[in-house]
Amino acid sequence: MEKFTKLTAVAAPLPIVNCDTDKIIPARFLKTLTRTGLGKNLFDPLRYDPKTGEENPDFVLNKPAYRNSEILVAGHNFGCGSSREHAPWALLDFGIRCVISTDFADIFYNNSSKNGILLIKVSPEELEQLMEGAERGANATMTVDLESQEITNSDGEKIIFEVDSFKKHCLLNGLDDIGLTLKKESSISAYEKKQKASEPWLYA
Amino acid sequence: MSGPKTLFDKIWESHLVDQQDDGTCLVYIDRQLIHEITSAQAFDGLRESGRKARRPEANLCVPDHNVPTTPGRGGTDEIEDDASRIQLEVLEANAAEFGLPYISINDERQGIVHVIGPEQGFTQPGVTLVCGDSHTATHGAFGALAFGVGTSEVEHVLATQTLIQRPAKNMRITVTGSLPEGCTAKDLVLAIIGKIGTAGGTGHVIEYAGPAIEELSMEGRMTVCNMTIEAGARAGLVAPDEKTFEYLKGRPQCPKGAQWEMAVEQWRKLPTDVGATYDTEIQLDVSEIVPQVTWGTSPEDEIGITGVVPDPAQVSDANRRSAMERSLEYMDLKPGMKMTDIAVDKVFIGSCTNSRIEDMRAAAAVAKGHKVADSVYAMVVPGSGLVKMQAEEEGLDKIFEEAGFHWREPGCSMCLAMNGDMLQPGERSASTSNRNFEGRQGPGGRTHLVSPMMAAAAAIAGHLADVRDLIK
Ligand code: SF4
Repeated sequence: MEKFTKLTAVAAPLPIVNCDTDKIIPARFLKTLTRTGLGKNLFDPLRYDPKTGEENPDFVLNKPAYRNSEILVAGHNFGCGSSREHAPWALLDFGIRCVISTDFADIFYNNSSKNGILLIKVSPEELEQLMEGAERGANATMTVDLESQEITNSDGEKIIFEVDSFKKHCLLNGLDDIGLTLKKESSISAYEKKQKASEPWLYA
Repeated sequence: MSGPKTLFDKIWESHLVDQQDDGTCLVYIDRQLIHEITSAQAFDGLRESGRKARRPEANLCVPDHNVPTTPGRGGTDEIEDDASRIQLEVLEANAAEFGLPYISINDERQGIVHVIGPEQGFTQPGVTLVCGDSHTATHGAFGALAFGVGTSEVEHVLATQTLIQRPAKNMRITVTGSLPEGCTAKDLVLAIIGKIGTAGGTGHVIEYAGPAIEELSMEGRMTVCNMTIEAGARAGLVAPDEKTFEYLKGRPQCPKGAQWEMAVEQWRKLPTDVGATYDTEIQLDVSEIVPQVTWGTSPEDEIGITGVVPDPAQVSDANRRSAMERSLEYMDLKPGMKMTDIAVDKVFIGSCTNSRIEDMRAAAAVAKGHKVADSVYAMVVPGSGLVKMQAEEEGLDKIFEEAGFHWREPGCSMCLAMNGDMLQPGERSASTSNRNFEGRQGPGGRTHLVSPMMAAAAAIAGHLADVRDLIK
């Protein structure tokens, strides 16, 4: 996975509450066998007219100022619903590396950090400030620094954020979870030996 | 940790392989269900890194999301849509390459992962069970800690039989009262989500308890746990009891003979200890609820069928108000409209929420002797081949067909728009599935979530209807 250290980029405002993963990437695009190529259908129901397939000019990522956004400032409970990892894959394929909101759904949170996307939880007041900052368009960029856990809004205001220390470590170093876990192979084997003795039917 | 423990604490603690100083845990995963949509990239990952499946027999693969449900569908090779067919072929090939058990679409055991896990006895009390699917919470009905994971985690489980997790908080929802006539487990869980909201359970595992939950059949408990994710929680749980053991006894993957006795003895120790505490407690009395229906684009947007479309102007919270306005615009509804005045184009009875034998029976009992309205296309999609066979033995397929419902092959079907069963832009459904999100059943499609009985009533009336008027 790609490292996440520091990012300075355009931030797009998406003040939708409970933005679910069906909105981020609808099911009909899940027939893919790869992790890439989903960016063009990111937010498909919002980005395109369902009847004609034409771009909806009012949707933020279709506006010239936001076409190259790498940060999303989103409404409460972003990423709820289906567990599809296609949601972070689509974000990543579009170019989004960081999403800021007041809350994220659990599975989406895990899926994103495993793909090098940083999710940042802020307070409702901070979200409001950042939403305003994002609304200033392409001329105003934000900076997200994971090492110092600091967002610099487009007006220069700084916001400190919390992040899980293990996730931070993995993101900063681009570490693969499976590799880390396999270092604990002896503990896993010991667990299995014990479980096999007490619950043999699980090994039938 | 000693002292009284919750059901969740017990399962969690008995599956800890390792714990880091910062609280990150390595948790052992006993079982994994795998379907075609969220697994291909996981198998690729294994191949790229030269890894194997650690315990192939701890997995069960079945295609469900992307399968056609057309009557008389053939094998995988007869699927017309190339992308769908290839996805199934890839799952089958991956299962073979890594030595995982695989159920094909021609097999009578095929069906939705969350229907077949319990049917096969793959789901058992006290186990940890995952699937690359958020409705894995369904299996919590058996007292299993079951949750949805993403594809990277599917790969992690295949390679290591563990997951990196942080402990969840404990929530208990105690449901009292008896469900009134015309109300089912679906109405009960919709009422819960309406009460706590779609983010109400975030970070928690919810244990459903109380007399109304104990009274539910295993099918009903599965319906309740299934929709736990719609309340934002990681998993739902019901303490195992005699009903649970009765359901599981003799299932293909359950222990037999002396091992069965041994297992039941251990399972009896799982329920929450007296005096254990929860981070959050919620009470709900269901004796006064009426059949539930959703009006918006989030499962929390629910109301009794006797109600009217709510008015955003009456809501003080600005976030909530704007979400409601957006929902109503998408749903093309006006505040104050009676719910029973909303006409539907399609009716879908199926999905991992409501496609088990009890759901089929409930819908058939309503449909019997009636006709589907001319303006409505209504489909019934059993959750598995075994449910389908059982229903046919009971003559339910005939009842449905005589009433004008289409009786189909098992799969996820119109729960999500990817297998050919879907809404056209602007069409409206009454659906027994679990998500009424924008576009969930097709781009521009509009979904009203209801119970199987209410879906059958809507099909007959041609609009959302109060099933109690039909069964009087
Ligand atoms: S029936 Fe619907 S919710 Fe259930 S597994 Fe299939 S697509 Fe997911």
